[in-house]
Amino acid sequence: MELKKTPLWSEHKRMGAKLVEFGGWEMPLQYTSIIEEHKSVREKAGIFDVSHMGEILVEGADAIPFVDNLITNSVSKLKSGEICYSPMCYENATIVDDLLAYKFSENKVLLVVNASNTDKDFEWIESQKRGYRVDVKNVSNDYAQIAFQGSIAEKILKKVAGVDLSKISFYTFTTGQINGINCIVSRTGYTGEDGFEFYFEPAAAIAMWRKLIEIGNGDVKPCGLGARDTLRFEACYMLYGNDIDDTTTPLEAGLGWTVDFTKPSFNGKDVLEKQREVGVSKRLRGFEIDGGIARHGYEIFAEDRKIGRVTSGTKSPTLNRSLALGYVDTEHAKIGNTLSVDIHGKKINSTVIKTPFYRGSVKSK
Amino acid sequence: MKKYLKTHEWAEINGKIATVGISDHAQNQLGDVVYVNLPDVGKKVKAGEILCSVESVKSASDVYAPLSGKVVEVNKTLEASPELVNKSAEGDGWIAKIEVSNPNEFNSLLDKSAYDKFIEESN
Repeated sequence: MELKKTPLWSEHKRMGAKLVEFGGWEMPLQYTSIIEEHKSVREKAGIFDVSHMGEILVEGADAIPFVDNLITNSVSKLKSGEICYSPMCYENATIVDDLLAYKFSENKVLLVVNASNTDKDFEWIESQKRGYRVDVKNVSNDYAQIAFQGSIAEKILKKVAGVDLSKISFYTFTTGQINGINCIVSRTGYTGEDGFEFYFEPAAAIAMWRKLIEIGNGDVKPCGLGARDTLRFEACYMLYGNDIDDTTTPLEAGLGWTVDFTKPSFNGKDVLEKQREVGVSKRLRGFEIDGGIARHGYEIFAEDRKIGRVTSGTKSPTLNRSLALGYVDTEHAKIGNTLSVDIHGKKINSTVIKTPFYRGSVKSK
Repeated sequence: MKKYLKTHEWAEINGKIATVGISDHAQNQLGDVVYVNLPDVGKKVKAGEILCSVESVKSASDVYAPLSGKVVEVNKTLEASPELVNKSAEGDGWIAKIEVSNPNEFNSLLDKSAYDKFIEESN
């Protein structure tokens, strides 16, 4: 199968990025160095081509109750112009995908989903329509998306923003111009830093990309998926397919804050209520590894008993410590517990630590 | 004189002692090296067997022994400064020294120009 390309693909190539396959897309892994790009976002700012993300538009009289039934969080409680992060679950409460829901109005919601899940999500959402008066469209090809992240992102982006960025609070959005192009602009991100994500017509992507680098005067680095992953990892944001998937539930992943049990019904509610009542049997935790790097799939032990598995792990570029996320049986999930991870056949001491590993300049609600 | 493996390690021999590491091309492909899982001193290896592993931000890669013998020294500097592998893969970023049991094995490795040609062809 031929890999899909974002509208910025030729620009990445021109700039000498190292391209890799990701979720069916050919995407930049890095331009210069993952660590350099990571640090530029932590210290100043960076931009990411995230045009591979999927956008699914839900419109119609029942848009809000329909989306509320699909996801664990609540769009009925949002005002127009607000966004929520949410898992979308199957009936058994395992996770189809995690997404952002942009509430435009009482009859329009835009769901931003993971690139590799877009087709699966669209089919799943279509299958859930039943009696709801909604129209569901996969509009992924209508949008380029750029994430502009870093503590100085607002200061720099202001130079080309036709909207008052200071009025866009965390997890809200507006429509307006960036570099003269109509965009959906939200204060969201996947790095742990303050910043914006904007969606706009693909034909304008290359000019936009170049402009953002130009106005940064050296302070805005183009970043690849490598840095995107290490940044989100330090902030302990979930990566679908690694930390959450169709074998895990939001409560096991520590996403209880995204589950609105006050809603009358939603996919997975029964199972989640049961889990809330009797407790989960496994729990996602953060770990500090004593030596070496724990990777996705490595096994976690208590003494000689296998009690879990690593879902993500690397050496944190900001903290310079070897860290990991992983599921362990709840009885071993206490913060401070010493467990071990099998790394290349050696059991390495690993301590359960608090998450997130790092808090950046990201605003709170 | 350095010689290379198709698996992107290098070796340089001085008497019975070979210094080994990964090639500059390999470090470039790996990206930022964040951890070198050094072999134990005293470990016996055969040419072509796994000697140790090198971890980049994204993944772990096995390093193969270019020559048979016994590990007699490892580059301890890499414990605190794994980035030396990126900065100087074929110099200060060496990984281990092996007391070779069969120096003739060295002859069968690729010389620099053959290795460069191999890389070019595999691109």
